[in-house]
Order: sequence, then structure tokens, then C-alpha cells
Amino acid sequence: MDNYFLLILAMAAVTLLPRIFPLIFLHELKLSPKIQQFLGNIPYAALGALIIPGIFYSTGNFTYSIVGASAAVLLAYFNFNLLLVVLGSILSIFLFQIWF
Amino acid sequence: MTVKSISQDNLNISYEKKGLKDGIIASLPIAVGYIPIAITFGVIAQAAGLTLVQALSMSLFVFAGASQFVGVNLIAMGVPFAEIVVTTFILNFRHFLMSSSLVTKFAPMRKGLLAAIGFGITDETFSLASLQPGKLGAAFLLGLNFTAYTAWAFGTGLGVILAAGMPPMLQSSMGIGLYAMFIGLLVPSMKKSIKVAVIAIAAGITNLILYNYLSVGWSIILATITGALIGTFCFKGGKK
Repeated sequence: MDNYFLLILAMAAVTLLPRIFPLIFLHELKLSPKIQQFLGNIPYAALGALIIPGIFYSTGNFTYSIVGASAAVLLAYFNFNLLLVVLGSILSIFLFQIWF
Repeated sequence: MTVKSISQDNLNISYEKKGLKDGIIASLPIAVGYIPIAITFGVIAQAAGLTLVQALSMSLFVFAGASQFVGVNLIAMGVPFAEIVVTTFILNFRHFLMSSSLVTKFAPMRKGLLAAIGFGITDETFSLASLQPGKLGAAFLLGLNFTAYTAWAFGTGLGVILAAGMPPMLQSSMGIGLYAMFIGLLVPSMKKSIKVAVIAIAAGITNLILYNYLSVGWSIILATITGALIGTFCFKGGKK
């Protein structure tokens, strides 16, 4: 019981450190243009790595995942609001399961 | 043609000051995505033998989806706690990269606020905040992170209490939610910039290869660095 709580606190500490450390030490620090450019690219690279291959396993069914991913890409391509992209993608799989 | 947000960044201009309320509204897609996953976490935590208080405190103190799932799994398998902590560290170290990138968009603010915001940085809050135009203020960031945090904690509690979970058909549909959000963030930027498209696809392909050989944490870190480096050295002058 107490051990569980210690484990949770230790997990919290090792999660918190990498999140906070760069904020405190890089905030308002002048970085070289090359490093700035590299850091500016991180969001897009991270998104690519977060989506592939995780999305294929996200629903526990490869076909459903492809259906949901296609709906999301289509809605996003036509600049739908982010919330609609999320809801539309969920709905597409739900309807697919009902119809097929 | 430059991406609007990038040109704003370079000029250090923010056209409108975004506050707490804007942060909360911007965070709604994350909340929608988090709740079903948090419910699933609650169900699994309960099955692994954690009490409501233990499952909730994990969501409240750790606030990291992937490592919580892995953690509970390892607890159920009887893995030594020290090993679970090391695994958690490796899994979440990618947030070091994300924080380093995100802080370049922060407006000046006090150190205490930086720590509070840092606590709430996840894959999702990072992605959403990064792709906002202009500089980011503390109120906006706190609103964004706090909404996501609340949804995560609320879903966890609900999951433990429901335990049986949602109808399987709805649950499998909702698993796509956060990925749909990532796509919703990425695709409009890819449309405007070939550079963004190349960076994201390069990182995705690298991760697709590496995840066969490395742990999820290391694989995502190396793939992200690879994609970002390709963008830095294959496109001169930071354009397009």
C-alpha cells in the first residue's frame, strides 16, 4: 500500500524532470539560428513519429484504424475545426462497424 | 510562401493575446480524446489490483498516458519497482525534446509558472501548443494543460468506478481520437509547406523501422531527432 505510493511518487519525479528542466534553463536563452531551426522542426517530426505506426494499432483492428485515419486526413485536408476532425474520425469508425 | 505561424515566430510578434479561456477552448479536442483512454486506464488499473485512490493518484501525479499503462502492466506482472521507474523515465524522456522546442515560443514569465506549465506537458498538449501562431502566454498554457489534466483525472476515476468499461464498439471507435487530433494538427501544416511534410514523413518512417528494434521511448526520440535534423539540413534558410 505505502509501497505503491512511493512507486507513484518516483514515477512522477522521473516524468516531471525532463518536462520542466528545459523550460527553466532554456527560457529566454539566446540560441543559434541553426539550433532554433532544429527546435522549430521538432513539433512536426514528433507528430510524424507519434502517428506512425501507433495509429495502426489504435483501435485494435487494422481496418477500423485505416477508416478512422482516412476520415481524419480528409477532414483535416479541408481545414475542418480540430474538434470536428476528432469527432468525425470517431464517428466514421462507429458507422463503419454498424454498416459492415 | 512561408507558413504564417513560422513568419510570426521569426518576427516575435503575437497578433492577439490569448488568455485562460482560449486555452480551455483550444484544449477541448484533447479532452475528448483523453476521456475514453483514461477510462480504459482506470479499468486496467482496477484489474491490476490498484484501488481507486492509487489509480487516481497515478493520473494526478504522473499524468503521462503511455507510461501509466506500461506501469500498471508491469505492476500486474510483478516487475520490481526500480525497473518500472527506469522504464517510465525512458518512455517519457521524449518530453525533454518537446519542452526544449516549446519553450522557444513562450512569452517571458516567472519560473514558478514555468514549473506549473512543465508539469502539464504531454504529447498532446505539446503538439497543440506548438502549432498555435505567435508567442504563448502563461494563462493560455495553463488553461490548455489544466483542461487536459482534468479530463484525464475525471476519466480515470470514471473507469475505476465503471470497471466493466464502455460498450466495446464505442471504445474501439474512440481509440482513434488522439491520433485524429495529431492528423488534424499536422495535415494543414503539411499542405502549406513541403518542408513540414518531409520532416513528418521522415520521422514517421524512421519510427516505423526503429520501433521493431528499440523500446517505444527511444524509438520516438531518435525518429523525432532524425526528422528535425533532415528539416534543418536539407532546407536552406529556414524557408518553406
